[in-house]
Amino acid sequence: MKSRLDARKLLSKYGNVLVLLLLCAFISIVTLEEQSPRSTAAAKQLAKKIAQSNSKGANVIVLVRRGKDQQEFADTLKDALTNTGLNVSESIVGTPRDARIALKKQTTTIAAIAADNHMAAFCADQLPDLGKTITALSKTTVFQPQKHKWPNFLKKENLLNVLKQISVVAIIAIGMTMVIITAGIDLSVGSLIAFSGVITALSIQQLSGNADPTIGHLLLGSATGILVCAIIGMGTGSLVTLFNIPAFIVTLGVMFIAKGLAFIFSQSAPVPVANESFAWLGRGFDLMGLPNSVVLMLVLYGIAHVVMTHTSIGRYIYAVGGNPEAARLSGVPVKWVLVFVYTLCGLLAGLGGVMEASLHITGDPKSGTLVELQVIAAVVVGGTSLAGGQGKIFGTLVGALIIGVIRNGMNLTGVEAHMQSVVYGVVILIAVMVDQLKNRAQKSN
Amino acid sequence: MADAATKPLLKMHGISKTFPGVQALNKVTLTLFDGEVLALLGENGAGKSTLIKILGGAQQQDEGTIEINGNSVKLNNPQSSQAEGIGIIYQEFNLVPSLTARENIFLGQEPSSICFIPRVQEEEKSRELFARIGVEIDPNTPCSELTVAQQQVVEIAKALAQDAKIIVMDEPTAALTPREVQGLLKIVRELRIQGIGIIYISHRLDEIDTIADRVTVLRDGEHVATRDKSKLHRNKMIELMVGRSLDKEFPSRECILGPVRLTVRNLMRNNTVRNVTFKLHAGEIVGLTGLVGAGRTETARLIFGADPKDSGVIELDEKRIYTESPRDAIRQGICLLTEDRKSQGLVLGQTVQENFGLPNLEQFTQRGLINRPKESDAFAKFVNQIPIKIADHEQSAQTLSGGNQQKVVLAKWLQRNAEVIIFDEPTRGIDVGAKYEIYQLIHQLADKGKAILMISSELSEILGMSDRILVMNEGKITGEITDVSSATQEDIMKLATQREEIAA
Repeated sequence: MKSRLDARKLLSKYGNVLVLLLLCAFISIVTLEEQSPRSTAAAKQLAKKIAQSNSKGANVIVLVRRGKDQQEFADTLKDALTNTGLNVSESIVGTPRDARIALKKQTTTIAAIAADNHMAAFCADQLPDLGKTITALSKTTVFQPQKHKWPNFLKKENLLNVLKQISVVAIIAIGMTMVIITAGIDLSVGSLIAFSGVITALSIQQLSGNADPTIGHLLLGSATGILVCAIIGMGTGSLVTLFNIPAFIVTLGVMFIAKGLAFIFSQSAPVPVANESFAWLGRGFDLMGLPNSVVLMLVLYGIAHVVMTHTSIGRYIYAVGGNPEAARLSGVPVKWVLVFVYTLCGLLAGLGGVMEASLHITGDPKSGTLVELQVIAAVVVGGTSLAGGQGKIFGTLVGALIIGVIRNGMNLTGVEAHMQSVVYGVVILIAVMVDQLKNRAQKSN
Repeated sequence: MADAATKPLLKMHGISKTFPGVQALNKVTLTLFDGEVLALLGENGAGKSTLIKILGGAQQQDEGTIEINGNSVKLNNPQSSQAEGIGIIYQEFNLVPSLTARENIFLGQEPSSICFIPRVQEEEKSRELFARIGVEIDPNTPCSELTVAQQQVVEIAKALAQDAKIIVMDEPTAALTPREVQGLLKIVRELRIQGIGIIYISHRLDEIDTIADRVTVLRDGEHVATRDKSKLHRNKMIELMVGRSLDKEFPSRECILGPVRLTVRNLMRNNTVRNVTFKLHAGEIVGLTGLVGAGRTETARLIFGADPKDSGVIELDEKRIYTESPRDAIRQGICLLTEDRKSQGLVLGQTVQENFGLPNLEQFTQRGLINRPKESDAFAKFVNQIPIKIADHEQSAQTLSGGNQQKVVLAKWLQRNAEVIIFDEPTRGIDVGAKYEIYQLIHQLADKGKAILMISSELSEILGMSDRILVMNEGKITGEITDVSSATQEDIMKLATQREEIAA
């Protein structure tokens, strides 16, 4: 009986992690495909195999089809073969036609061809014929890396891509989680993304006097964009607390204002940033091959988790959401807490705007449209109750991941955009229903 | 008017109702005849509201029968109660402020959801009803624009529109001006002539004296007496309501009076707190009592900074302090244990330890982070000392019993080590055993030199616990009893119902 209760408790606590894992498993199975390995390890393994069945100094041709990352694969393969003592007489990266022409020119005896999987198929088809006319190729054997099945979803670059795609939404969702825990809502974050991007790009232009901006200009401009959004958030919080206007209405107003101002300031055209370094945040990879935006996201989640669980302000946020009157009578500065969460939410939306602008090296007034709904969806799917008082920061990260993984899975399997929208809707409804059932179970205990 | 030979309009017999930990009603009997006004009397918590809720179908009795005109009825929900001709006018009106008087009267009685509302007929009927009550109100006025007294008339009209034969009025005059009270009493007489049976609940004995035909008294969930009003003297009424000998219900204590801790001068807020002035000494327990709505809680909230005051001075240790918010008050060493633990004392969704820590976080914070083990140790000390019955510190506050919830609230304030502690109804809804423990804790605090203000409606508690008693009525302090040992509950009740302020 006890173990069953514990299992239920665990499930209600980490239910969304389980959902995420199941989703990943499902998408992995659906996207399972034969892979053509192009990794360094695969190249080394192939070189070893060729060296084992050929004497030292034998001539080997590297044959790789033209494509993304293929030159790199050809080079690693070539180096690996040379290291084992084989002689790489030629390395060809090109189309099957290029390969045919190159092979026809061979005069010395070629012992082996190290091909990628595409070229191996070409060789299997063409080599018997070529071998008859060209003596150099008469005893050539073709080697290719071992093929294996692997889900497209679980490839490293795909997973990093998922993380990168959710980073903006997930970062803003930190602020939104806090706002929703206080039983509020912030609809303005999507517009603030556009506003912040435009302000940032314009500030950079102004600071650099329309010349080439320096790194200092970029940093200062970004700080301006973020700060302006934080101030707007502070204004939102003040309206909510001082005038007792529902957050839904205040932020709806701010949403329209920020969107409109973004278009007015940018004169309805994307504002370019004339320095490629600006892309560092949105496109760069600096730490262990992780995208900078993902590193930033993980760091912010770590900090937010500590704030929510180990500091006074975190406790206050939960208390204000759970019972504002009891919190006030316990000495919690309720108004200050509310202004804080809206300010932070605005600040993070501003940061999201800078990230978005960095990704495109442009401040685009059209960016961020409907992102507020994705952010709210991530928070809700992450198990934060719209009634306030309950929710977890890492739950929101899991929520953002669930939505990102579903989107990625649907893209990989070619589900069209409108159908994707339907699926998101269903996921959100299920998440809220699960939340309700959980609450009911808790109450009946 | 009450003729024993006629069949009663309503007979509630042997009604019992138990809530977790509390026996709210124990075999209560109530009889009402048509064309009479039955006053239902009792202290707060005597079981009046529960009895009325059962009659209204909002709650169901565990035992007992209800008969209307001799037929046994089951009142499973408010609808079935209405269908039996019972109209209940609660203290909190059930009116939709944005709808007109007419719309409110006929709310829920529209002929069918598809048909158009027969507006003209409704209007005529409304006027008719108002005329029957003897009041003139335009049926098309939105209820938000009506006075409290007029809204009450709309409630009565609503009950009559549903063909009510029995009308229950719960504290109908609590929010009315003296003139409006006269108007209401006229309406009640008018209804009585029309043969309607009225159950009238009020703390104001003057009104009972003028209007009631018979009186039924409840105490601690039991039926004490039902008498004809003519044979019941006012003092006897009070005695029946509060009278019980309670010798060892309270721990004994020797009061050692210290210097003046808290001084409150000329505290004012609207009509709820009027010119309240008093002093609290270190080591003293001052009981503050009065009827519900007398301004006791409001006074406490002003001192604590929970509501803004219009004027007045608060001094702590003879230095003027400013309590603009509870946070200010707490920092200066004043704390308030609120009357309603669930809505004001605790954040129910959080754990008991988090509730304990809420006002004390700066004591446990080191380098910006909360030291949870330290917080847990501090809490554990009180859990053992008070003691609080909890499974573990991570238990959610909403799963605790009322007594344990109160102890968690107490623990959080004890950790603050405040100099002035205000208890608002500290034992409401708490069983007898836990009450005694809380009394002991209050005594210990006083012995440590804290100044304590204890608000309570239970006169026995006030008499048993206080070193000095202040009595409020209608926002003013109407009396002070310094010689508590020879004071009686009747003395307090006289002060609590007295309209004139005594010269201080």
